[in-house]
Amino acid sequence: MADTGFIPKEKWGAFIEGLAAKAQVWVPCLDGDVVIFKPYSKDQTLCFERPANSPPKGVIFPQSDTLFAFNFSKDPENPQKVMVELEEKLDFPKTIIFGSRPCDAKGFLIYDRPYMQTDTPDPYYKGRREQTAIVTMSCQSTYAGCFCTAVGGGPADKEGSDVLITELDNGYFIEAITDKGKEILQQAAAESGAGHEAEALKKQEAVRARVKDPFCANGKPEISKDLFESDEFWEEELSKCVSCGACTYLCPTCYCFNITDETTFEKGERIRSWDGCMYNHFTLEASGHNPRPTKFQRFKNRVGHKFLFYPEKYNGVIACCGCGRCIRFCPMSVDISEIVSKLQKQTGSASNGK
Amino acid sequence: MSLDKLKQIITDVMKEVDVVIGYKQGFDPLHATPCFITKPEQVDQVIWNPLCVQNLASYLTSLKKKVGVIVKGCDSRTIVQFMQEGLIDRSKVVVIGIPCTGVVSVRKVLEKVKHEPIEEVKFSDDGMVIVKTPSGETKMALSEVAPDKCETCQYPTPVLYDHLAGEPITSTKDPQSVFKDIEEFDKKSLEEKKAYWEKEFDRCIRCYACRNACPMCVCQDSCIAESREPHWVSQKSNLTEKMMFHMIHALHLAGRCVECGECERACPMGIPVNKLKRKINSDMKVLFGYEPGVKPEDKPPMFTFSVEEKNIEEHKL
Repeated sequence: MADTGFIPKEKWGAFIEGLAAKAQVWVPCLDGDVVIFKPYSKDQTLCFERPANSPPKGVIFPQSDTLFAFNFSKDPENPQKVMVELEEKLDFPKTIIFGSRPCDAKGFLIYDRPYMQTDTPDPYYKGRREQTAIVTMSCQSTYAGCFCTAVGGGPADKEGSDVLITELDNGYFIEAITDKGKEILQQAAAESGAGHEAEALKKQEAVRARVKDPFCANGKPEISKDLFESDEFWEEELSKCVSCGACTYLCPTCYCFNITDETTFEKGERIRSWDGCMYNHFTLEASGHNPRPTKFQRFKNRVGHKFLFYPEKYNGVIACCGCGRCIRFCPMSVDISEIVSKLQKQTGSASNGK
Repeated sequence: MSLDKLKQIITDVMKEVDVVIGYKQGFDPLHATPCFITKPEQVDQVIWNPLCVQNLASYLTSLKKKVGVIVKGCDSRTIVQFMQEGLIDRSKVVVIGIPCTGVVSVRKVLEKVKHEPIEEVKFSDDGMVIVKTPSGETKMALSEVAPDKCETCQYPTPVLYDHLAGEPITSTKDPQSVFKDIEEFDKKSLEEKKAYWEKEFDRCIRCYACRNACPMCVCQDSCIAESREPHWVSQKSNLTEKMMFHMIHALHLAGRCVECGECERACPMGIPVNKLKRKINSDMKVLFGYEPGVKPEDKPPMFTFSVEEKNIEEHKL
């Protein structure tokens, strides 16, 4: 069986609907002038024209996830004895993320290393990840701030996706990449993809050529540790940052979390929720001491984690997929790609003009 | 206003301060970004045009140094409010005011050009914005793509300044219509309003961009949204918690919000958070005849107390 297919434009809606009949399908939907991933339903307005404002990371790594519920009760015979019941729900339905971008898909590969490829895999992440197929749309354009090719990706990069779809003039070219992808292609009852490959490749290449490379490194940016350790550098570059967490919550590769017990009287839940290194409390210790009290140190950590510490730990892989959301949606237009390019070894100066 | 004059003022102000906060071109032709000028050679980076949207006065409370700051009319109210609340030492701030004829809403421009990559942005003298994308040039009136706050702007010239770059401008906008949108919205039924806000707040990702971009949100790192003791809001990501956070945010700004609109502009999910604050401001005006950030000698109504409030019936025993 060929691993490619073609779906004419008029059958596109039916294709998605068919997938939704067999799995929970998350699709980018228009909500006001914002695009967000929501479970598919017929009354949603789907939007594939531009990447979603927030990546689909919450499908596999929910913003808040109940690990278990607990209930304290007292023994009526012996009121001093307190009992606790725990209830855990590990139920992960079959899911498809439909219409993510190559950068979004790559984000999950960054998560896989700490969450799955360890001696103690995370059951919540692993459970959802294994049940989820990722159907990616190749980008038809570049978007403000994006730089995927500079961090090893591309607007039609297949890494991390199960299926890659490229929109053509009169239909969609589908490439199944993994076994999960082949299953989806089979289900789609698509026409043969033969004959459409050249058009798809041409479209993909045309966009690739337009993606900016802020690092001009022909590969991966190499960071100067001297500059990285310079307080003046961060103070100069980050004065404008307001230390909100938009960049971390919109980032397809940010995976930090907090665990809290949210209790009302005798009942409660232990939840795991997103957290971000841009917040003061992220490193606040119980003693009251905070090793990262300023926004400069926090942003330094954010850049460090993505471009230094993660690559050091995982064979040089940069934990940034270049989606550009942190730049595009930053209230103050802080540009991580500009900061990293200034940090590169060959630059060597903290104040090279703009 | 000439850019040369602004640069001259900055150069002069730099002699008496440690840093001047202005604007420079951002990561693409549609974005400006704040710049902190500490060296004379950085003055040349400064720009001034309708892309200069950020409220630079927001940084004042976190800076210990002597600061020069560029403000538009709306931003200048922040400084006045800081003074009313005793949050800044006025002697450490040099205010460079710019009479402003309106800024752009990046979201509105992107909507107009169908979110295509921006190649060039130009502004004509007759109030047009010309945006170039791969599919060509789109011409739009600045008034069409200005944020809502510009439509009813009463203070195009800063209400307070030490240096003014340009000639003062008087507002031509009807002062009676400032809260027209709020009055319209108020006509909706309670159920309609509830449905509206539930739909909007459902998108919130609790990134706190609205809070951190807000010049008047002075609690910042001690915000109730994250504190565990007291534990007002849980970390669950559901509508109840999101709404709770936004309601507290709005109420903490009662009689304090200067309507710079930074909260709404900062929101990556396009939630009209400023509407809540404007609703409260419209009530403050009716109840206390008070408008935040206009006169340095005013006292914010929530900072004071009268046994008999003139416009609050319930107070009369």
